[in-house]
Amino acid sequence: MMTDLLITIVKILVVFGVYLTMVAYLSLVERRVSAFIQDRRGPNRVGPFGLLQPLADGLKFMFKEDLIPHYVNRPVYLLAPLVALVPAFITMAVIPFGNTLPLFGRDIPLVIANVNIGFLYIFALTSMGVYGVVLAGWSSNSKYSLIGGLRASAQMISYELSLGLAAVGVLIVAGSLRLPDIVAAQSGLRWNFWMQPLGFIIFLIAVFAETNRLPFDLPEAEPELVGGYHTEYSSMKFAMFFMAEYANMLTASAVVVSLYLGGWQVPYLEQAGLPPLLLSLAQVLAFVLKVGVMLFFFVWVRWTLPRFRYDQLMRLGWKITLPLAILNIFYSGYLVVAKWV
Amino acid sequence: MELRFPEYDLGLLAPMLILVITGLVVLLADTFGRRRASGDRSFLAYLSLLGLLLTFYANSRLSGVVAAPFHGLLAIDAVAVFFNYVFLASSMLVVLMSISYGARHSMNVGEYYGLILFSTLGMMLMAAGGDLMTIFLGVEILSLNLYVLAGFLRGQARSNEAAMKYFLLGAFATGFLLYGISFLYGATGTTNLKAMGGFLKAAPAGNVSALLYVGMGLLIVGFGFKVTAVPFHMYTPDVYEGAPTSITAFLSAGPKAAGFAALVRVFSFALEGLHADWWGAFWLIAALTMTLGNILAIVQANIKRMLAYSSIAHAGYVLVALVASGGVGGAQRLGVSSVLFYTLAYTFFNLGAFAVVVAMGRGDRDQVGLADYAGLGYRRPWLALVMALFMVSLAGIPPTAGFVGKFVVFKSALNAGFVWLTIIAVLNSVVAVFYYLRVIVIMYMREPAAEMQAEAAGASFSGSLVIALILAVLGTLDLGLFPSRYLDLALRSVQALLG
Amino acid sequence: MDLSFLFFYLFAAVAVGAALVVVLNRNILHCAMALVLMFFAIAALFLMLGAEFIAAVQVLVYAGAIMVLFLFVILLIQIDRVQMLRFAHRQSPLVVIIAVLLLAELLYMIIRGTLGIAPGGADAAAAGAASGSTEAFGALLYTTYLFPFEVASVLLLAAMIGAILLARLDKEEVGGVSRQDMS
Repeated sequence: MMTDLLITIVKILVVFGVYLTMVAYLSLVERRVSAFIQDRRGPNRVGPFGLLQPLADGLKFMFKEDLIPHYVNRPVYLLAPLVALVPAFITMAVIPFGNTLPLFGRDIPLVIANVNIGFLYIFALTSMGVYGVVLAGWSSNSKYSLIGGLRASAQMISYELSLGLAAVGVLIVAGSLRLPDIVAAQSGLRWNFWMQPLGFIIFLIAVFAETNRLPFDLPEAEPELVGGYHTEYSSMKFAMFFMAEYANMLTASAVVVSLYLGGWQVPYLEQAGLPPLLLSLAQVLAFVLKVGVMLFFFVWVRWTLPRFRYDQLMRLGWKITLPLAILNIFYSGYLVVAKWV
Repeated sequence: MELRFPEYDLGLLAPMLILVITGLVVLLADTFGRRRASGDRSFLAYLSLLGLLLTFYANSRLSGVVAAPFHGLLAIDAVAVFFNYVFLASSMLVVLMSISYGARHSMNVGEYYGLILFSTLGMMLMAAGGDLMTIFLGVEILSLNLYVLAGFLRGQARSNEAAMKYFLLGAFATGFLLYGISFLYGATGTTNLKAMGGFLKAAPAGNVSALLYVGMGLLIVGFGFKVTAVPFHMYTPDVYEGAPTSITAFLSAGPKAAGFAALVRVFSFALEGLHADWWGAFWLIAALTMTLGNILAIVQANIKRMLAYSSIAHAGYVLVALVASGGVGGAQRLGVSSVLFYTLAYTFFNLGAFAVVVAMGRGDRDQVGLADYAGLGYRRPWLALVMALFMVSLAGIPPTAGFVGKFVVFKSALNAGFVWLTIIAVLNSVVAVFYYLRVIVIMYMREPAAEMQAEAAGASFSGSLVIALILAVLGTLDLGLFPSRYLDLALRSVQALLG
Repeated sequence: MDLSFLFFYLFAAVAVGAALVVVLNRNILHCAMALVLMFFAIAALFLMLGAEFIAAVQVLVYAGAIMVLFLFVILLIQIDRVQMLRFAHRQSPLVVIIAVLLLAELLYMIIRGTLGIAPGGADAAAAGAASGSTEAFGALLYTTYLFPFEVASVLLLAAMIGAILLARLDKEEVGGVSRQDMS
């Protein structure tokens, strides 16, 4: 009993340590990759290759003056950054980052919480993310923030439907809401990425919209809205929104990897005859690598594609991805009936 | 896990299925027909009529059936079949009178007829609800459609107001209904009406949970709203006045009958064992409903408002029959059958009156003031004649359906021993005669305003409206002169249920 | 020692408290946020009953979708004007009298009558056996309750048609000139 509790606590600490570090370094990755894409150098002064840049950024945010405009709705204004940040963090709890780790004679499942509604848990929390943006937009009492908040809520509601319906295909194939089961169902070459390419593309588009990343970053489109919903925020509170964006990106990548890219699965690695401990660690590494590839893809898209116009965004969401997602459900049903999976 | 789908017989569902399919076809026909340049879309109405006729036929095939498909969630039996006739008659008449009205107000669109068809489905579900869940779904389908239909004239502030009021209060009433259902579930452990009746029979006398009474009270509020019983009638005049006239007609007939169907299912049948506990509430509501409806109808100068209050009063008469549907032996049979007969009769003469109101309109203007009817007997004698017939029937004067309806209701009340309630009802009928006959007096004995006379020349009927009027007249006279067939049918329907 | 009743009272208190804020607070956005909190408390109660699926859907649908739409509307309309809105107090004395009467009646019945909750029927037992799991829930929905499940589609379709019908702009209205204006 006590050991189990201890193991869980250790898992939480390790996962969130790694998670937070990755969130911090994502900002550096973004700046370096964007520089690379634009044929610049990017930040390379703090530490070797600029590796200490996130620390410097953090210090800067902390020592900046914390401005709270007098016209804001204080309680909601203070609450909003937290609401934006927390859901992304706690979503990680149900994502399996490996199979089981054989250690000290125990098989430790490499997921913090294997809940039987894991998938719904992710969706419930994802849908909470919009509150941070909307509340920030409203409480700031500024028209740029308000428009940003409005755009965010409309966009996230619209794409949540496609997101959910595209993922239903995965659920039909896996027959379970538990994420470890979903990952386990993608053994060998049966990644959903291959099995349901349409669902994968729709899901990916919806994920970009849900995380407010370019080409769907209208809530904070800087040419029109200054900073969008976080225009009136400064110092650590701004940093929290900043972190929330990268945390959401990281969580979204982990979800995409778990649902479509086979999670920690490496095709046919189990048959290679590795010692169990090594196999387990290799699988964790595979998971981290896949997430890394997804993250790179996020950054790559941002610095390549232009922003949508608002009506294009809505048309894409309601008239293209939504019907296609429904079509994908029929396709997945066919996969099951035809016993292809 | 092995899933076993419930066994079902599509024949039992045929009326509902045909309705839904027709609704979808009408919607699609409008969408794809829009490409054609011609603006006339009355074919949608005829399509709906065809569907309603098919439903009528499918429904007639169900006579004599007693079945509870889908684990008892539906109760397809003679009472449901009888009520289906009432709903179909009202929907058909409304569609017929909508064609010309819709053309005048550019309302002849697929959505209009589709929503009417869907709301008819909601009514059928309420009448055939073997389970509170089915009844609730029926109420919701019906209400949602009606909210939209009431606000169909989007350009008119009155219509918007009607939809808004109806929606807000209706949503509130739905809350009461749902709350009541959950209390009944808590007290009896089931939402199935048959099982609920069985539970009450098995329960030791006088020893049922207090939650049951709370639930019953909430249900009375929820259904009371639907049948416009006082004091839950507040929305009625404004909604009836603001809604398009054809929809006002619809509101006053079918949905009310559906509300009574649900009341009969829940109170007269499932909760019959508690008749001693619930008749008091209905007694008071019935007396209030009749009295208030009639007294307020007297002072109305707008015919739609007058008919709104009159419909409240008529709901009161039906409630009298409901009060009498239990207690002493045979009362259940007599009471319920008079509810059935009254709703059927009321559908004809009430919709007939509204059809006349529709026929009075000209262009996009509805003539709804009582003064507009002055001298109608000379300007449009035929129209005035049928209006006079409907008014006589509404007042309950022989040889019309209204008289027979009142007669059977009062008889059932006396039979169950509710003498005072019967006296109140009779007094009310006398009061009601005043304002119904006043319409006749205005039509025949008052000079019309000068500009009205000039308009008389351009009077014209559309064919469909004439058919609606003829059907309503035939119904009113048939049920008034030869009521025994219909009374028999109503009695047998109830008998089939009691077994 | 079973601590679950403590949690029950904690979540129940949060739910009731939040509901009170919804009713009593004058700032419409605070009301909305309190309502979200209440949904979470209710979801927690569902979780304690072993109904994980309903708990998740409660958060997903109510807090995640419906309330966001609420917020959307609150953002669209002018908040200052909404805060000024007051209900007419003309009816207050009557309302209070009726409310007190109803409360007295309710208390009387509770004291005098039995407040028994009947044991659930067959389907409740079946649901209880699987303790509200998603699978059992789905099985019930596709077998015993297939009919309401299917009928609900008509309800949703009708609602959708109604919403589109009432909200859409006619082609003539798009240019800022409505059909009524032109005639």
